[in-house]
Amino acid sequence: MYFDTIIAGFGGQGVLFMGNLMAYAAMEAGRQVTFMPVYGVEMRGGTANCTVVISDRQVGSPIVHEPQAAVVMNNPSAEKFGPRVKKNGLLLVNSSLVDEQYVKARTKRILRVPSLELAQEIGNPRLANMILLGCLVELSGVVSVADMVKVLPSALDPRYHKMIPANQAALERGARFAKENRGKV
Amino acid sequence: MAKRVMVKGNEAVAMGAIAAGCRFYFGYPITPQNEIPEYMSAELPKLGGTFIQAESEVASINMVLGAAATGARVMTSSSSPGISLKQEGISYLCGSEIPAVIVNMSRSGPGLGGIHPSQGDYFQATRGGGHGDYRTLVLAPSTAQENYDLTMLAFDLADKYRNPVMVLGDALLGQIKEPVELKPYRKKPPAKPWALTGCAGRPSQLLKSLYLADGLLTEHNWKLFKKYQKMRQEVRHELYRADDAEVILVAFGSVARILRTSVDILRDKGKKVGLLRPITVYPFPDEAVRAAAQAAGRLMVLELNTGQMVEDVRLAVEGKAPVDFYGCPPGTIPTPEDLAREVEKLWRKGGGR
Repeated sequence: MYFDTIIAGFGGQGVLFMGNLMAYAAMEAGRQVTFMPVYGVEMRGGTANCTVVISDRQVGSPIVHEPQAAVVMNNPSAEKFGPRVKKNGLLLVNSSLVDEQYVKARTKRILRVPSLELAQEIGNPRLANMILLGCLVELSGVVSVADMVKVLPSALDPRYHKMIPANQAALERGARFAKENRGKV
Repeated sequence: MAKRVMVKGNEAVAMGAIAAGCRFYFGYPITPQNEIPEYMSAELPKLGGTFIQAESEVASINMVLGAAATGARVMTSSSSPGISLKQEGISYLCGSEIPAVIVNMSRSGPGLGGIHPSQGDYFQATRGGGHGDYRTLVLAPSTAQENYDLTMLAFDLADKYRNPVMVLGDALLGQIKEPVELKPYRKKPPAKPWALTGCAGRPSQLLKSLYLADGLLTEHNWKLFKKYQKMRQEVRHELYRADDAEVILVAFGSVARILRTSVDILRDKGKKVGLLRPITVYPFPDEAVRAAAQAAGRLMVLELNTGQMVEDVRLAVEGKAPVDFYGCPPGTIPTPEDLAREVEKLWRKGGGR
């Protein structure tokens, strides 16, 4: 078993937390996993991305150029990472923020997720990242939403533990959206 | 199995140090290793230990010398430019035979350079970047787990040889997050009869690196030399898919783990290629490299610099097999596909050198 993904967006959209949570869940599921944040001399509103590699063998490279799946949360990320997704890979586009002109890819498996609207539906627009993560988990099948929910307490700073039910709801809403639209990808 | 936790590479270093009984940390902040002092500053006071953010790197390495002289397990960490500043102190630690652990999560240079991963400090680490005829043991991890394990080992080796030991990682190994098994430390640290603990009831003793009287310094240097010879038994390396290889790649640290994937890519294409990863870069695994050259007939060295470890590989091989080189100066991290392509290019060229 081997899976890799790049998650990208603006700093502040929760990109690194998405990767972190997926990595924690993979570890709890007994897999080998590496989480690699791309950091730099970034400013607020700059771009952030992370790569997660999950395997049942020791992970070699934490660097991935052409991922099996990508989540792009803003225009620059869509432009940069969309075309790099493998030919039969999965591209999840945050259609609440990404303009269609920036969606370019070799793969036909593209799902546009109105993450903001779905997050508003469950009462917290700031959980758009968890909506997308729910979609990614549902469609990739490497870890389950239940695995993710289980590790929320260890991945989240105790200050935010009161947000666990809301995060769970967003993950589940995202997964439901993915299920309903599975036919498209 | 011990508990597995998801931690940053830098945190794994700090956890390994604390597990091995390190209770004193002195440092000065610099990216990309700040999670080490951050972790130590939070945890050491709870254990009755001491964390000091010194006024400079020079001050911190001298605090290391002072605390370690009393027999305590002591660590400092920094990144390239900061390690340069510590060199005088490292030379004094070697001269005075005081054990300590120094972590270099190296970044790019020369000068202030940048915060990208780089292996440009290989020469400095393995040759001893300070003055005088000395050596430090240098351990080169390539996973967060090894950051933990080798930091523990570094304390044992430092005490065993009464010598500073360096853990040489880079920005990539400091920033990745991986599960780490928190293996308990079960050894009993050795007694340190040489330590300066107050001389009530015993003759006073001295730790120093100044030897002015006739012949003493010569004697002292020969004594150190014999110790460095003995350190050769600590040599460690790892082979990956090298059994039937026609070309063996040689790489350490972060680039070695990227190459693990390149090896898989090339093997899938039917190319018989393997990987030799030095885990100690001083002492260098000469014999393993020589054996690999003999078995495969050809070596290729890949580094995140323009050619440093390749010199040690060529010294080990003694001209008996071609040794090719591909180097990536800092700025971008090569992907496994990039490196696989470069290996194929060198392969097609043939010959080596």
